[in-house]
Amino acid sequence: MAAQPYGLIATFETPASVMRAAEKVRDAGYKSWDCITPCPVHGLDKAMGVKRSIVPRFSLVGGLTGFTTGMILIWFTNGYDYQLTVGGKPLFSPLFAFPVSYELTILFTAFATIAGMFFVNRLPMHYHPVLKYDQIHRGMDDLFFIVIEARDPKFNFNATRALLETAGGTSITELEA
Amino acid sequence: MAHATDHAASPAILKEVKPADFPRPKLVENDRSFAWITDKVCSIIEGKTPTWWWVCFVVACFVASFTVAGITYLVATGVGVWGHANPVNWAWDIVNFVFWIGIGHAGTLISAILCLLRQKWRTSINRAAEAMTIFAVVCAGIFPVFHVGRVWFAWYLFPIPNSNYIWQNFRSPLEWDVFAVSTYGTVSVLFWYIGMIPDLAVLRDRFFKAGNRLRSALYGFFAMGWRGSNRHWSNYEMAYLVLAGVATPLVLSVHTIVSFDFAVSLIPGWHTTIFPPYFVAGAIFSGFGMVLTLMLPLRAIFKLEDLITQYHIDCMCKITLATGTMVGYAYGMEFFIAWYGANPYEGFAFVNRAFGNYAWAYWIMISCNVITPQFFWSKWVRNNTTLVWVLSIFVNVGMWFERFVIIVTSLARDFLPSSWGYYSPSIVEIFTFFGTFGVFSVLFLLFIRFLPMMPMAEIKAVTPQADAHAGNDHH
Repeated sequence: MAAQPYGLIATFETPASVMRAAEKVRDAGYKSWDCITPCPVHGLDKAMGVKRSIVPRFSLVGGLTGFTTGMILIWFTNGYDYQLTVGGKPLFSPLFAFPVSYELTILFTAFATIAGMFFVNRLPMHYHPVLKYDQIHRGMDDLFFIVIEARDPKFNFNATRALLETAGGTSITELEA
Repeated sequence: MAHATDHAASPAILKEVKPADFPRPKLVENDRSFAWITDKVCSIIEGKTPTWWWVCFVVACFVASFTVAGITYLVATGVGVWGHANPVNWAWDIVNFVFWIGIGHAGTLISAILCLLRQKWRTSINRAAEAMTIFAVVCAGIFPVFHVGRVWFAWYLFPIPNSNYIWQNFRSPLEWDVFAVSTYGTVSVLFWYIGMIPDLAVLRDRFFKAGNRLRSALYGFFAMGWRGSNRHWSNYEMAYLVLAGVATPLVLSVHTIVSFDFAVSLIPGWHTTIFPPYFVAGAIFSGFGMVLTLMLPLRAIFKLEDLITQYHIDCMCKITLATGTMVGYAYGMEFFIAWYGANPYEGFAFVNRAFGNYAWAYWIMISCNVITPQFFWSKWVRNNTTLVWVLSIFVNVGMWFERFVIIVTSLARDFLPSSWGYYSPSIVEIFTFFGTFGVFSVLFLLFIRFLPMMPMAEIKAVTPQADAHAGNDHH
């Protein structure tokens, strides 16, 4: 069996042209495909049919964990494990525990958001077939690409190639797996 | 369709209304292309190290050695080598700590608050401003850590089980400060790094093409295998927005908690409710002063006028003006409340600030912080880059004196006249503080030499050619 290619990559010059092409690929029913852009393009998510990111769910869990950690930490240390009266103040009160819990909320949210973003994006992934394309550096610089993966059930070498061509893609190249 | 129905329902007169043409200021001058932006920013890193960089680096290392010398002497001898004595047991270290932390705040304001407010002009300055934040926090951290005396016990600040079986006192604002500042430092680094990932990928690919495998691998390691995927961008942008959303309350809370170090005490002149907003405004004021001090020379050296335009300078000057005026208002309001509150100790503290033995410091503070920014009302001043730079130095000086005035005047003449004193820094303290400018400069010089000074992807995203809807209205 000949080596199965990873997919096809097509080049586009402008954000507007990649956006129109993305709408066509979306409407053709492809699922395993992607756009490569040097900067976030406003409206491309909609054109690709990408759903709203789920990263904020990680943030929420992180934030709640942080706040709870702060409150429990302060209650345990000052109110339970080593009770030391200072200035006649209560051994525990959520009021004086608030500033630290607030900071820990932010700290844990930040870590959870970033970890969540990496997890959802499956990064770090230093090896990827797309990165082997010899023009890929232009995708971080000034060009736009659409990649359609061979594992997509609708993928058909000739039909997919024709779709990318009619969508305005140039230099359509097969990517090695 | 929705648009059509809206039009049908609106009064007929609307058709005759011709909105005034307010062109948005250009954020990148001369219609530069994406490739130009990439080349411009990367060439700073890829080119040969300029001679001026080496000169500055050597000077900065020399200056930084003063901090090393000051701290080494302190650790070897004891904290008594600083000029602290009754009644001023807390001066130089906390003044410098608040000074440096305050400078950091503009970086977070630019990267987080202006991001939430969709101020697109932040893009070309946010990376360098965030770097400034991190390096300023590093400099700030030196002072409290070494003021604990036996620095090898500094970990007692954190709730780590220790052989004394005792815990930190979480009723103390100083303990809150430990959490605020360490969270601030950590989140600033994370935010800075996350923003840099796409740009590191650019450098990875460029060094790979240029045949420099080592640097390509180094940048590539930190770029995490970023490949510009739009599915990634979608999550990335959301993560960035959430980070901006948490960094905004963070930056406001950090200086609020720093001000609690004073406001929660009972010292006249410190025990005031105006402190949190007043400290936050002052921090942003001083930070913008420092951003201008740093960015204007870089703009001239690297010929970045197309990316840091006159519009950017105008915006920064105006924020400096606004926050400087808020600080001026706070000075006035403190005096008003001291009189209106009819507390003789509070009243004395303020009269003593303006006319006591530290009056010289007070009037330096007023001239630098209240008068200096007023020049920014004038467009001519804002257009004169050299003058803006000089004024930004005055802002930095003024904000250092603000902390000095607040902290030292209140302590030097407290409740009991028999214990009054006059604080002057010892040479060790002066060395340690002077050296932090070197520490900061060393870090900043390394940053501009090895890391992308401007967020290329973000700048590209605000150029007209990045707008996929330009000229047509399809959705």
